[in-house]
Amino acid sequence: MRFGVVVFPGTWSDCDFHYVISEVVKQPVKYVWHRDRNLADLDCVVLPGGFSYGDYLRAGAVAGRSPVVEALPEFLAGGGLVLGSCNGFQILCEAGLLPGALMRNECLQYRCQSTSLLVENVDTPFTRALRPGQVLTMPISHGEGKYHAEPETLRALRQRHQVVFRYATAAGQVTRAANPNGSAENIAGIINEEGTVLGLMPHPERAAESAIGGTDGLQIFHSLLGSLVEDGTFTKR
Amino acid sequence: MKVRVLVRLKPGILDVQGAAVQRALGGLGFGDVRELRVGKLIEVEVDAPTAERARARVDEMCRRLLANTILEDYTIETDSAEHLAPPGAVR
Repeated sequence: MRFGVVVFPGTWSDCDFHYVISEVVKQPVKYVWHRDRNLADLDCVVLPGGFSYGDYLRAGAVAGRSPVVEALPEFLAGGGLVLGSCNGFQILCEAGLLPGALMRNECLQYRCQSTSLLVENVDTPFTRALRPGQVLTMPISHGEGKYHAEPETLRALRQRHQVVFRYATAAGQVTRAANPNGSAENIAGIINEEGTVLGLMPHPERAAESAIGGTDGLQIFHSLLGSLVEDGTFTKR
Repeated sequence: MKVRVLVRLKPGILDVQGAAVQRALGGLGFGDVRELRVGKLIEVEVDAPTAERARARVDEMCRRLLANTILEDYTIETDSAEHLAPPGAVR
């Protein structure tokens, strides 16, 4: 599977994603500059975390209108997949590729910590290697990760099983105390209606080697590769 | 044409920044603050023949970038408006 890791001015998780994809997952990967509109040779585009364009105006607002992001609808229409983590999730919401918005953490603190994530939807190319109800451990690192959406949007997300991850206790209980940023309904990650765009605040690329504390993030990459192997989604492209 | 845009969180959306500022004011003895919300002021100078045209252009800018209408409301003021204080004015 050919990965592209997008680099905006101010992106900081690009090298981590590139390292994990090339050295741990052992897949071809290249950097994609934010002005680049040509994504034709890629299967999965990754929007990493960081502070794109300094997060001026709002987190992800300027990046959400950048050339590479404007090229994503066509890339998706051609069968591509998009994974946005942290700032990447904010960018996808700002671009309208995912519903809702991320706002200032309710606690007002920047939160850099480990979180437990309840897996709710395993019927996606990003989570097919997981079990429903499984709990993953991944770190978060953000100041603006409180997911917000209108009540009707939240209802639609629930009905269509678009909530993929919720902040939970280690035992998988979705509680107020397990919510690190005040996100609506403990939402940590959602997918679009078509199942081709996943956005999550946690960092899978920072949970990919046991030497740095865990490998649960690798499950997302293994799921993607499973999509390639099991149903040949990407070989048909 | 000078245009000012006021962007603020929609009513009902918790403004944690405003709440923190209000608490700080309380600490300074301003316990009489009933509510405080923090927004953004964006000043735009736009090439436009009329105030209406400038307003229409800035409205488009708001919808496409300056405001996130999921979270925020915006109001547009042109500099010719009587109620608008000049830059630097203290009201």
